[in-house]
Amino acid sequence: MLIVAGFFLASCAATKTDQGGDVDAASASASSSSGGEITAGTQEDLIVNVGDRVFFEFDSSELTVDAQATLDAQAAWLMQYPDTNITVEGHADERGTREYNLALGDKRAFSVYSYLAQAGIDTNRMEYVSWGKERPEVIGSDETAYSQNRRGVTLVSN
Amino acid sequence: MIKKILIILFFSLNANAALEVTIAQGKVEPTPIAITQIFGADSDTARYGNTLRQIISNNLTNSGLFYTVNEDLYIQSDNLVEKVPRFEDWKLIKAQFLLSADVSKTDKGIRLRMRLYDVFNAKEIEKLQLTIPDENLIRRVGHTVSDIVYERITGETGYFDTRIVYVSEIGPLDQRVKRLAIMDQDGHIDSHQFLTDGKNMVLTPRFAPNKQLITYMEYKNNLPRVYIYNLKTGEREIVGDFPGMTFAPRFSPDSQSVVMSFSDPSNAANSEIYLMDLNTRSRSRLTNDSGIDTSPSFSPNGEKIVFNSDRGGSPQLFIMDKNGDNIKRISKGRGVYGNPVWSPRGDLIAFTKLTQGNFHIGVMDTNGNNERVIVRDFALESPAWSPNGRYLIFHRQKRSNLDGTGGEVTIHFIDITGYNERIIPTPRDGSDPAWSPLL
Repeated sequence: MLIVAGFFLASCAATKTDQGGDVDAASASASSSSGGEITAGTQEDLIVNVGDRVFFEFDSSELTVDAQATLDAQAAWLMQYPDTNITVEGHADERGTREYNLALGDKRAFSVYSYLAQAGIDTNRMEYVSWGKERPEVIGSDETAYSQNRRGVTLVSN
Repeated sequence: MIKKILIILFFSLNANAALEVTIAQGKVEPTPIAITQIFGADSDTARYGNTLRQIISNNLTNSGLFYTVNEDLYIQSDNLVEKVPRFEDWKLIKAQFLLSADVSKTDKGIRLRMRLYDVFNAKEIEKLQLTIPDENLIRRVGHTVSDIVYERITGETGYFDTRIVYVSEIGPLDQRVKRLAIMDQDGHIDSHQFLTDGKNMVLTPRFAPNKQLITYMEYKNNLPRVYIYNLKTGEREIVGDFPGMTFAPRFSPDSQSVVMSFSDPSNAANSEIYLMDLNTRSRSRLTNDSGIDTSPSFSPNGEKIVFNSDRGGSPQLFIMDKNGDNIKRISKGRGVYGNPVWSPRGDLIAFTKLTQGNFHIGVMDTNGNNERVIVRDFALESPAWSPNGRYLIFHRQKRSNLDGTGGEVTIHFIDITGYNERIIPTPRDGSDPAWSPLL
């Protein structure tokens, strides 16, 4: 239960890319006051120390330079923890039809999946799924929310 | 659930419509109709009569083609099923048509008798006698009578004895619980029923022309796939065995196939359109392009398919033959198009378009000419045709805010002339509505 609380704190801070300092504050407070130490090779570890997500331009499934850097780090992390399996989720913002965004979300998820595969991660360790616009990270009808919602998220599945 | 309705019809005289209504006319002045009390001799039949009268009056008024003359003005208060009306009394209060009916109990069940009169021509234009085994079918009787009145007076096919399947939504916008639900076209709460329990997310339900099946997408075990729900048995069945996401399903006009998108992992998860034969279980791939191809919808004659593709750079509408040949772009306007749906009359394609920050729902000819916007707002989606091709239903979503408020989504009805929009009530939020054929 405590670990879960620590995870959400870290997760919230990590989504605000311009507030990197909050990540440290959240994890520091999690380990000192609530006792939720980050265990190596877990989702929390990935979020705090690597970055669990990449962002996409509007109506695009191409990986930006920033995204590729994050995925390089994810690949290294996955190499370090070879027993870890992942699911990559592809998401879209709300400014498209449901069906088109399902297609777009799948292309985004696949971009991440295939990048990691090319970086040497065994595809047996990876799955991917599109959630289209059905699971926004940030609620809101403005570009601030949309830019956070056009994302590929790497989830540790075991 | 859907019992066979036992109908004994006594149709009268001429088949010509008393009032021709064409879509090209634009706004139609509603025709005044008087509906007498629907008489019942005991408390049960009187209650059925009240219910029926309310259903018929609501249906006709909601169509935008009628209004019910205020009962307080009625001069004659008799049961006019067996008695000839005093037409002068009804002319005086400007009722153009007059409906009277009564309900009684017989050894075969509940019997309704109805008479429809043309007041100005002082004659009976329709009569009907109908018996149902029990009161569970009362609502359907109301819809059936509404259809008969609508058809007799407008000359168009009715649409009242139909159902709407949709996605019921509840919960925070980032953790929506979505369930399949079904209701009569008027959204009456007595007709409302959930079909799934909300454990798995469901999206985009669509009726089969055979009225018994619904195809939709479900995230079962987090695998998004197309399924078929059987309304008779309640059984759910996956459509085909695909190694990736299948979505955007619709039936072919003969209900024997489902056309849908498949995102093939061996093809970089790019969505292509496939046709899945439900009998032979064989599949054929209809598109082959590096862009996204989705949202296929058959023409009612089964010869063509309209679909959504970003093969030219941005999402636009295209038409192809049923085997995938002769692909032609039809959308011509500026903006991003989606959700094309072929009308049951075959003459129009409804669509959504995103431009200048707003969604639009419109219709265009099947060659893309004569594009008309019907409704515009921040977020509109999922146009679906009434079975007579005169109305659309769709959903409308409000803006949401960072604090989690907003984002309410509701189902709306509109005449394709752009008039007479109203909400179809649902117990929770509702999206992705789809209309059944006439039952």
